[in-house]
Amino acid sequence: MTRQSLQLTVNGRDWELLVEPRRTLADVLREDLELTGTHLGCEHGVCGACTVLVDGLAVRSCLMLAVQAGGASVLTIEGLERDGELHPLQEAFRDSHSFQCGFCTPGFVMTALALLEEGRELDEGELREELSGNICRCTGYQSIVEGVQLAAQRMGVGQ
Amino acid sequence: MKPPPFEYHSVASVDEAVALLGEHGEDAKVLAGGQSLVPLLALRLARPARLIDINRVAELTSVTNGSGLTVGSVVRQRVAERSETVAIANPLLVRALGLIGHAAIRNRGTIGGSIAHADPAAELPTVLLALDGEVTARGRNGTRTIGAAELFQGFLTTSVAPDELVTGVRFPPWPAGTGWSFQEFSRRSGDFAVAGVAATMRLDRNGMIADARIALSGMGTTPVRAQKAEAALAGQSPSDEVWAAASEDAVAGLDPPSDIHGTAAYRRHLAAALTGRALREAYKRSEVRS
Repeated sequence: MTRQSLQLTVNGRDWELLVEPRRTLADVLREDLELTGTHLGCEHGVCGACTVLVDGLAVRSCLMLAVQAGGASVLTIEGLERDGELHPLQEAFRDSHSFQCGFCTPGFVMTALALLEEGRELDEGELREELSGNICRCTGYQSIVEGVQLAAQRMGVGQ
Repeated sequence: MKPPPFEYHSVASVDEAVALLGEHGEDAKVLAGGQSLVPLLALRLARPARLIDINRVAELTSVTNGSGLTVGSVVRQRVAERSETVAIANPLLVRALGLIGHAAIRNRGTIGGSIAHADPAAELPTVLLALDGEVTARGRNGTRTIGAAELFQGFLTTSVAPDELVTGVRFPPWPAGTGWSFQEFSRRSGDFAVAGVAATMRLDRNGMIADARIALSGMGTTPVRAQKAEAALAGQSPSDEVWAAASEDAVAGLDPPSDIHGTAAYRRHLAAALTGRALREAYKRSEVRS
């Protein structure tokens, strides 16, 4: 099958790739760029594990063809740390025990990051609604909600 | 769980899309936000030979409020949901948009895509039908408008021809004082609704019901208008008894699907209860205008 050229920025680094149009952004991130922090759970848009930011917006990377990301700036879980320091959201997840097996965590972190960057103050009900597109099979969600709330507090979001 | 191979065309204009559809219509699928089509590809329930990607067609991204609200077909659902123009022009649409999937879905999903996909459980087709909206479709032989009542033909099937592109969606002007409601029930937040109701209500100067609209989702192979209930409501004095009678009228004779989420009888019961709530809420929001 013909491959098409694709230029995009991932975590601040520019890439020029040749990809088959049928391949999803998630697969190109994981296989071609070896950024395996983006996880694939359901591969049809239900679980949210593959959530990344494309030009600042949270999207399901399994529902976007890689060729559609031409010219875009993509942020994955690997792009959050700075000089070996975790992002405040990652620290808050660690401090709140916001994961058990960790499979869903990258998707939750990226969804929560987009939310915190909007800067809105959210009550717990709204926060749970916003996070409802991501599925976790271990935690029961309580610790994840607490992790995002702790991060919002530490980052001064909505204040 | 990986899409099968296809030829991919990213087009920059409607003309380019229409030319490709004219050449390949039967073998091609239009790719808008991809939130329904890409899962179908991944599950290999759809195997189009070609995808025509309209995401970069700038002329399809406008939102204008003139004689009704006109929304370009690739306007993202999240953009419309937060648009001041949409909020002023059509509060029912804003409410329905907020119920589609999750934020990450709405960041990609488009207005035209959801309507062209024509899922009978989806919110936007139901709103379009309740409001007698229309879509504009362009093909080799020109442009035509298709009213919602003629648009939805069957499960995931519309009267848009294989060589036509949905370019825009129009919702009629919103009369001042119109009350509205969108009610749906789903097992989890963001899931497809088991059943849902879009309703609007307009009162005359004496506070009687001048015009009520009811459309149901999840109750058949297409969204359905509850015409009998609407006709019975016209001219009535608003009351709980009137809402209860209209709710029963709305589901009478419907034959919804039975599946793991509920039997046909359960869906009828649910839709009647949701219709009652929707009428009550629409009435509360309506205003008598002299």
